[in-house]
Amino acid sequence: MNQTIPLSALKEGQEAYVGELGAVGPIRRRLRDLGLTDGARVVCLQKSPCGDPAAYLIRGAVIALRRQDAGAILMKGGTGDGPDRAVNGSGRA
Amino acid sequence: MGLTAQSTGAAALDTGLSIDRSDPATRVIAVGGNPNVGKSTVVNALTGLRQHTGNWPGKTVTTAQGLCRFEGKPYVLVDIPGTYSLFANSAEEEAARDFLCFGGADAAVIVCDATCLERNLNLVLQAIEIQPRCAVCVNLMDEARRKGVRVDLARLRELLGVPVTAASARSRRGLDDLMRAVAEVSRGEAPQPPRVRYSPAIERAAERLLPLLRGLPRPGPSPRWLSLRLLEPEESWTEDFAAFVKRLPAAEEIRREAGQVRRALAAEGVDAGLLQDLVAGRLIAEAERIAGACVTAPPDGGFARDRRLDRLFTSRWTGIPVMLLLLALVFWLTIAGANGPSELLGALGAWSEEELARLLNGWGAPEWLTGAAVHGMYRVLWWVVSVMLPPMAIFFPLFTILEDFGYLPRVAFNLDHAFQKAHACGKQALTMCMGFGCNAAGVVGCRIIDSPRERLLATVTNSFVPCNGRFPTLITILTIFFAAGSAGGIVPALLLTGVILLGVGMTFLVSRLLSATILRGVPSSFTLELPPYRRPQVGQILVRSLFDRTVFVLARAAAVAAPAGLLLWILANVDAGGTSLLSHCAAALDPLGRAVGLDGPILLAFVLGLPANEIVVPILIMTYMAQGSLSELSLPQLQSLLIANGWTWKTAACMVLFTLLHWPCATTLATIFRETKSLKWTAAAFLVPTLCGAALCALVALIPV
Repeated sequence: MNQTIPLSALKEGQEAYVGELGAVGPIRRRLRDLGLTDGARVVCLQKSPCGDPAAYLIRGAVIALRRQDAGAILMKGGTGDGPDRAVNGSGRA
Repeated sequence: MGLTAQSTGAAALDTGLSIDRSDPATRVIAVGGNPNVGKSTVVNALTGLRQHTGNWPGKTVTTAQGLCRFEGKPYVLVDIPGTYSLFANSAEEEAARDFLCFGGADAAVIVCDATCLERNLNLVLQAIEIQPRCAVCVNLMDEARRKGVRVDLARLRELLGVPVTAASARSRRGLDDLMRAVAEVSRGEAPQPPRVRYSPAIERAAERLLPLLRGLPRPGPSPRWLSLRLLEPEESWTEDFAAFVKRLPAAEEIRREAGQVRRALAAEGVDAGLLQDLVAGRLIAEAERIAGACVTAPPDGGFARDRRLDRLFTSRWTGIPVMLLLLALVFWLTIAGANGPSELLGALGAWSEEELARLLNGWGAPEWLTGAAVHGMYRVLWWVVSVMLPPMAIFFPLFTILEDFGYLPRVAFNLDHAFQKAHACGKQALTMCMGFGCNAAGVVGCRIIDSPRERLLATVTNSFVPCNGRFPTLITILTIFFAAGSAGGIVPALLLTGVILLGVGMTFLVSRLLSATILRGVPSSFTLELPPYRRPQVGQILVRSLFDRTVFVLARAAAVAAPAGLLLWILANVDAGGTSLLSHCAAALDPLGRAVGLDGPILLAFVLGLPANEIVVPILIMTYMAQGSLSELSLPQLQSLLIANGWTWKTAACMVLFTLLHWPCATTLATIFRETKSLKWTAAAFLVPTLCGAALCALVALIPV
């Protein structure tokens, strides 16, 4: 469970923890302000009708990200857990 | 909720902010918070303002203020745009932060969403760092309770070190507690909240600057916050921040020392980028710790129902069909419901017009006066009211229910892929939804789009969505020419849906074309929050929205339709060489009109309708009637009038197309100029839809029948 995958690779219902925020510039700060910091738990809730963007549960809020932006966020420790286990919290593993 | 008279039309123009502090007892309170936590609802409830509220993030793009009295003392509440942080990374964050720091706020209220407290606390901690005179309002407590989320307010107050109150602003609960806390922080001693402690290197650096920052002007940012921001490189300072530092007593010394401290910090390995990451990361970790201590939530966060709804509204197989179905349903209810009232109002108008004319004649009024006042002003006014009011009074409450429910961000989510293909921003869908109400409001709403290029795309194409003033025209023409004998308005509803889809399709196409030409660029990154679904306050919406639409339509009718009616009557009744001025103008435009499948009078109606689209059809009727005569105007009579003037289904199709695609009204153009500060882009917003409309109409006119 130690390999890293981009956030965009998560399937609906899968979750993982933020390893590295690869984005640069204003979007990096925006993502960080939304709570995508080291170890934060993210659940992929739902893809849009065309598969891109997708909606993610981040620290209790649902945020849609485009594939291109989600692709720059590297995740680790992914599991196949469903969203039913999605807690209103985050990085506390 | 929904668009209000204050958020549409000329009132959509943002006139800037100046705060009246003539009474020394006045306290200025900045009301901030994450997007979509109910700031505007709180401010509206406390001040009696009637700002547009709705369940989507980024709705408040302008700064509004209102006066509130509590226990006899005056408070000016300033509603600042919602932001996720105060690091000034985007235009609205910069505006929010600069107001909080340098706008002269004596204290701040940070409104939080109880169902998503952790993310909100990040902003709270940043605000407290700037301004310890902070009161935290944990809003949406009713919603949190329904979701099984509990917040320990006493513990939260203890950990944050500032007053914390609970509220459910939509049902006006907790507002007195909030004002008591506001009074406490703005008039009493400043709270002494515990500080968020950063890494030792950062703390040491900030410590070195603190002695230079004594005696800062009040109200203003705290020395602690200032010392931390001075660690950031000067190139990244905002204009207001730089100006503030320059005005400080020991400005030069501070800047010199800050430069040295920054170099020392960099030598320890903390450069500008890492500094921001460390500071932001620490704040988020602290927010997580505090939320962990104060919030208990069920395992699914209480959002199981939201996820089920999202699967219905946004999944691969149901997302788009449900969206189209909802759109058609709203149109069908609008058309079917408006039919009766429109006819009734029309008959009432015709009857009262005659009575009024008889009354005036009885008083011996000259014929020209009766003509101008009754057959000119009064008739056009009634036409606008009877045709515009019923559909709008039905459409807007329905639309507002969807908005309040939280559906609009899902539309943006569903459509984002297409916007991405058009090299535009998904939030453009939200600005288009606002355009339904009023294109001027839609253009102001474009501020929610961060990228300047994508904001211009949204601005230039906003009028592809038919506004309040064009909807009823579309409905009338579609009903007359394409839905003969159809029962219940289903056919016109489907046709109208098709026309809207054409407008949306044109938006994608034109955005893509502009992206390849004058607005060259690739889509930029963006994030879109999908807020929790909320139960719409149906009763309140019906009353409020009905009232607001009535006021809006009547005000527009009085302000534009009546004077236009007068002008028209004069144009139609002043003879110049045997025919009226109106006929002369129409004749002059005739060749141009024919070239695009219309005729002179139609084109003249659009030209004279520049001040407001509502008057296009009345102008047209007047022009035609100047050449014939007609006493009453019901739909069948309108149909005969149009057919008598040579209309075929092609003319009607071109009329529909040109109504959808032509220049924006004068108010919208003025708003575009204000927002872009550029004549070039205002001209583009005029020309782009006009050329599209003319081209499509010319194509239709070529169809051989």
